[in-house]
Amino acid sequence: MSEQHNITLPEGSIERVTQTLNLGPTHPATHGVFQNILEIDGERVVSSESTVGYIHRAFEKIAERRPYYQITPLTDRLNYCSSPINNMGWHITVEKLLGIQTPKRVDYLRVIIMELARICDHLICNGVVGVDTGAFTGFLYLMRWRELAYEIYEEICGSRLTTNIGRVGGFERNFTPAAFEKIEKFLVEFPKALKEFETLMNRNRIFMERTQGVGPISAERAMNYGFTGPNLRAAGVDYDLRVAHPYSSYEDFEFSIPVGTTGDCYDRFLVRNGEMWESLSIIRQAMDKVKGLPADVFHADVPAYYLPEKSDVYTKMEALIYHFKIIMGETDILPGELYNAVEGANGELGFYLISDGGRSPYRLHFRRPCFIYYQAYAELIKGAMLSDALICMSSLNLIAGELDA
Amino acid sequence: MSLTNDYIKQRLTDKFGEAVSQVEETFGMLNFTVPKDLNLKVMQFLYDDEELQFRFLTDLTAVHYPDRKGEELAVVYHLYNFAQRVRLRMKVYTSVEDPRVFTATRLFESANWMERETYDFFGVNFVGHPNLKRILNVDEMDYFPMRKEFPLEDQSRIDKDDEMFGRGGHIGI
Amino acid sequence: MARPVQYNTKVKTVEIPEGYSGEGFFATSFDKAIGLARKNSIWPLPFATSCCGIEFMATMASTYDLARFGAERMAFTPRQCDLLMVMGTISKKMGPVLRQVYLQMAEPRWVIAVGACASSGGVFDTYSVLQGIDQIIPVDVYVPGCPPRPEAIIDGFMRIQDLIGQESLRRRHSEKYKELLNSYGIQ
Repeated sequence: MSEQHNITLPEGSIERVTQTLNLGPTHPATHGVFQNILEIDGERVVSSESTVGYIHRAFEKIAERRPYYQITPLTDRLNYCSSPINNMGWHITVEKLLGIQTPKRVDYLRVIIMELARICDHLICNGVVGVDTGAFTGFLYLMRWRELAYEIYEEICGSRLTTNIGRVGGFERNFTPAAFEKIEKFLVEFPKALKEFETLMNRNRIFMERTQGVGPISAERAMNYGFTGPNLRAAGVDYDLRVAHPYSSYEDFEFSIPVGTTGDCYDRFLVRNGEMWESLSIIRQAMDKVKGLPADVFHADVPAYYLPEKSDVYTKMEALIYHFKIIMGETDILPGELYNAVEGANGELGFYLISDGGRSPYRLHFRRPCFIYYQAYAELIKGAMLSDALICMSSLNLIAGELDA
Repeated sequence: MSLTNDYIKQRLTDKFGEAVSQVEETFGMLNFTVPKDLNLKVMQFLYDDEELQFRFLTDLTAVHYPDRKGEELAVVYHLYNFAQRVRLRMKVYTSVEDPRVFTATRLFESANWMERETYDFFGVNFVGHPNLKRILNVDEMDYFPMRKEFPLEDQSRIDKDDEMFGRGGHIGI
Repeated sequence: MARPVQYNTKVKTVEIPEGYSGEGFFATSFDKAIGLARKNSIWPLPFATSCCGIEFMATMASTYDLARFGAERMAFTPRQCDLLMVMGTISKKMGPVLRQVYLQMAEPRWVIAVGACASSGGVFDTYSVLQGIDQIIPVDVYVPGCPPRPEAIIDGFMRIQDLIGQESLRRRHSEKYKELLNSYGIQ
């Protein structure tokens, strides 16, 4: 007798009616604001309906108002746990539109930052999966390492979370020696912490019982639902944009792609752990490669789009003109239409940019992975217990900023 | 054999002839336009064909061109072939007076919410969609905000002074 | 071999309020004693919506431990909490939800708006974002920043503690407070 469409109770049901439970926008634990209205029969979920939009901030409309470099702080707030990846993705898109070729050192530094951001995001996701199963310790231990990553961001761009890192054509300032020291320290100390976390969780009987078989999805259904990223890799498809369509010199690196089998929560957890190990190895390779390159190159030589040095602005005429044009937003952006995607922490983060030659884009659309795969949630938890539904939600790594944009 | 843009273009024109128009290649990706009645047929063909195999819908969105009379709203589909790693962009134009387009949800489950978002922002009415209602904005909203004629700011706010933001009291850049 | 027992002698205690003390007794006013107790045992409700919520998680974690200030137990239900910490952008769709949560809180209750979006709408001057939560609920402390550093959040928390410590016991029944709530449409 519930109002949702045609609910038929399962065979073994003791109840006569289903109960409507509102897993409302205000959740305990730190999930984000989205709502699930569940119809439950006792403890079993019969059907569910999701509502999003509680943090809709109209990014796409704002982007039509702002010049290209002012859109970078907007992209920060999409997937705010790994904001450098969004920033770099946007810069790579604009560089593709303008035909700018970045030097190798810039690419390798970008790879270091992006992989660090990926580690940060997976730390939160796996920590929160632990918290939802009752294991608060892992989360608390891992947050220390996020602080170290935040210190690295601070050395480079000044801010911790919403980094606004990099510019079109490179970085705003060179990496300081202190930044490199901190990255080395991270590379030495973090593997031990990750190993400790794995010892706590991977073969923990309670954790395995709570996450295995929960929310499985087959590869065909996952592809039909538009899954990408670790959730798709847990279902068995080894699609990774860093390998399929390499950007920012990812083709120079050697890494493997962890792939799961059943697509359930345990596989997603293990895939994310595996990706963290791979990211560490990529950062190590990038640090070695960067040592061999000239240390003062940190941006491409495109004075029309990248702010020139202040000393040049005060002495040379062309630099002064470029500086003025860039700051006033009068740069000549070429008209064009472009779709570019990077491998975000949650999957394929795409930017569909239509430029008409003006100072701001004509249309900018973000292809947000969370929004697309959250549709599958109703199918993932059908017939599961209520507590499994919660674990499934946190293992999908739903970031509210990316859901609603 | 690897799938090139020319081969895809040739297969499409062989099958659909004149209906496939404005074929161009931007940044390595093939774009083409089809009339709005054929959007499902083209996508089904691209899905089923053994060599083309475009079985993944990457993105579905719309663009508002107020200057193109009779064809103001363009619904843009981005399709992807996993095996050959080829992207494709398909556009379907519809007018703003009668913005009805067939839904792609029967073919791709991921189109469900993407079409709701497109409806929410542009007012494109997807015929056959199981649940076409607003997804990101408040349900009571009666206009489609991403269309070019509507401003970004909420006009009823009293604490922000448009003069100070360089907007001079009237909305526009 | 057992680890030798260590006693922590460098414990910082809270100062006693002013009062008259004598042999075996201490006299002060109720306000001060209750204020002291309340401010060092706040149960906050983290209403984390977006990026500021992640900075809050960092504040709660071990580097910038918020539990030192007495906020050990995060009450996730409004019925049991004292302090509503609104962190992140509140959109118009979320506004009624926030108001419901505020209405369910029992007196005395305080609200801290963490971040630029909660204080005034922040970067997002758009049709869908509420330009500050003080459009719908009364706010005690605003913490600016986008997102504010954990030190800033802790500073905001300490200001709330000051407010709580100095609050008169009659405040919630006073005319002025009733007028404030009425201006928001809250009975």
